[in-house]
Amino acid sequence: MIKLEGINKTYFGAQPLHVLKGIDLNVEEGELVSIMGASGSGKSTLLNILGILDNYDEGNYYLAGKLVKNLTENQAAEFRNRFIGFIFQSFNLIPFKTAVENVALPLFYQGVPRKKRNQMALEYLDRFGLKDWADHYPNELSGGQKQRVSIARALVTSPKIILADEPTGALDSKTSVEVMKILREVNASGITMIIVTHERGIANLTNKIVHLKDGVIENIKENNLGSIDLERDVK
Amino acid sequence: MIDIDNINEIWQTIARNKTRSILTAFGVFWGIFILVILLSCGNGFKNGMMRQIEGFATNSAFVFTMPTTEAYKGYQKGRQWEFEMSDIQSIKNNVKGIDIITPVTSIYTYNGDNNVFYSTKGGSFGIKGVSPEYNEVERSKLLYGRFINETDIVEGRKVCVIGKKVYEDIIGLDKNPVGLMIKARGIYYQVVGVVQTYNENVMINGNLNETVLLPLTTMQKAYNLGDKFELLVFTAAKGSNIKDLQESVKDIIKERHDISPTDNEAVMSVDFEQLFKVFEALFTGIAVLIWIVGIGTLMSGVVGVSNIMLVTIKERTREIGIRRALGAKPSLIIKQILEESLLLTVLAGIVGLMIGVAIMAVVANFVNISSEDAVMFVEPNISFVTAISATVIIVLSGLLAGILPAKRATQIKAIDAIREE
Repeated sequence: MIKLEGINKTYFGAQPLHVLKGIDLNVEEGELVSIMGASGSGKSTLLNILGILDNYDEGNYYLAGKLVKNLTENQAAEFRNRFIGFIFQSFNLIPFKTAVENVALPLFYQGVPRKKRNQMALEYLDRFGLKDWADHYPNELSGGQKQRVSIARALVTSPKIILADEPTGALDSKTSVEVMKILREVNASGITMIIVTHERGIANLTNKIVHLKDGVIENIKENNLGSIDLERDVK
Repeated sequence: MIDIDNINEIWQTIARNKTRSILTAFGVFWGIFILVILLSCGNGFKNGMMRQIEGFATNSAFVFTMPTTEAYKGYQKGRQWEFEMSDIQSIKNNVKGIDIITPVTSIYTYNGDNNVFYSTKGGSFGIKGVSPEYNEVERSKLLYGRFINETDIVEGRKVCVIGKKVYEDIIGLDKNPVGLMIKARGIYYQVVGVVQTYNENVMINGNLNETVLLPLTTMQKAYNLGDKFELLVFTAAKGSNIKDLQESVKDIIKERHDISPTDNEAVMSVDFEQLFKVFEALFTGIAVLIWIVGIGTLMSGVVGVSNIMLVTIKERTREIGIRRALGAKPSLIIKQILEESLLLTVLAGIVGLMIGVAIMAVVANFVNISSEDAVMFVEPNISFVTAISATVIIVLSGLLAGILPAKRATQIKAIDAIREE
């Protein structure tokens, strides 16, 4: 599903900062992968490149078999809209839109008619138990609810992959467990998922843990999930 | 082109950020509001001025007789002379470009003796002989009955149309005057109509309200005037020049009455056109000034909209970043910001337009009630065409105001939404 070949990225500022120094990574369809690393290890940059939010200097990035390189803004927008669902640490819901409108927004950019996209959005909210909260604004929702709304928004376009940037970073441990449960369920339905986190407990709930250090992959650890107790293992 | 879904999206952004939207739109609202008020006031003064000379065909001229100043064809200078009815036909035949030509003659009351009576009540009024066309030159409002018509002229009927003041003074407002008999200079006439002048400031041989109008032929017979009359009034047809017409008319008159072609004082004429032209120029100047001031106010409103939108774009980095991350193309963001600006300015502009018009309507109403004769400020409002052009200006300024913010918005990348934490 995702194939990275020798990805290099340098930020040119007052002092050039070589953030990614040749990343090679394969993620198969349906995998649940976490990327771990200390602050400054380049994990966020990697996620941005994966999400086509940022471009890279060298190497090749294949998403669903297509080379993602030197895209125009329009192509990038199209790719993000069709293939990628984002989940952010700070939820990034639009404050003046209700839950259902937030979820429906990606469909608006696909040109889905209003009625249909609201109906689809409602279905996804229902799936995460938020049907009754559909007409609430983000500031009327709890952190867990907000993150569930943003998961619904990420899923509504039926993307190929979900990219989650510290999805539990702003949540307490109990809510974190709930959210991880949902993300695992989503993954179980066949959607490839990449989670960036610095919490070991979260990473341990994924099939594969990629450790990043100083812009290179330190190691990739297969994680046998067998039977897992979410409550215990998150913390 | 018109995408309801997109408009809904934009409307939502505007409506759910009320304070921001109202602050943004206020400048344009104010600009249009002031423009409407200024233009309306300008029109009010113009209408007020124009009312001073209202009721008269603006392209009319009056020709009257004076003693000759040159000896000619055996006549001595200083000869008194008068128009004859045949002059009318001769002018009609020989001068092209005259719309209406009508003779007028008057009998004056000198020492204020009562000369017009109804029953025992009398008053001192002017008596004027006219033809039906006269109504086209000195326009008046018909309060009762009808004006003098062609049959009155042909048959020399003893009928009259009286001015409003005549009606008030000798008949009384409580009585229907049509059909009553009044006595003017010893002869009875049946009243067929009552007229009120639109304008007491300009008059031909006396205030129309204080005049008894007779058919010219009746008057000539009744008071032994032969077929003479004293004043010739005519109007220019569309496209012809009243100045040129006056010269042609004078030439014919001089020839018919054996007056020297070089005698410049025997036939005199006056026209209103020059006066109108001065007024027109004055008010065109005022209108230009108003537009300059109004557009200036509007422009500062537009700059305000643009400025506030620029600031809000900075604030909205996250929102726009999220939209970009979710797949909004840059062109769509541009379209959205432009349309937001357009919708805001158009709404604000239309509200400004309506409130301005409404306020001026109230003012107009107040002015009308408070003073029927205070004619300096009349019907202060704007024309439909002005309103349309104001709307066009609003739309253009909306687009103009949106350009810079839209450009700024496209520079926001999806990644900015995530970075800003």
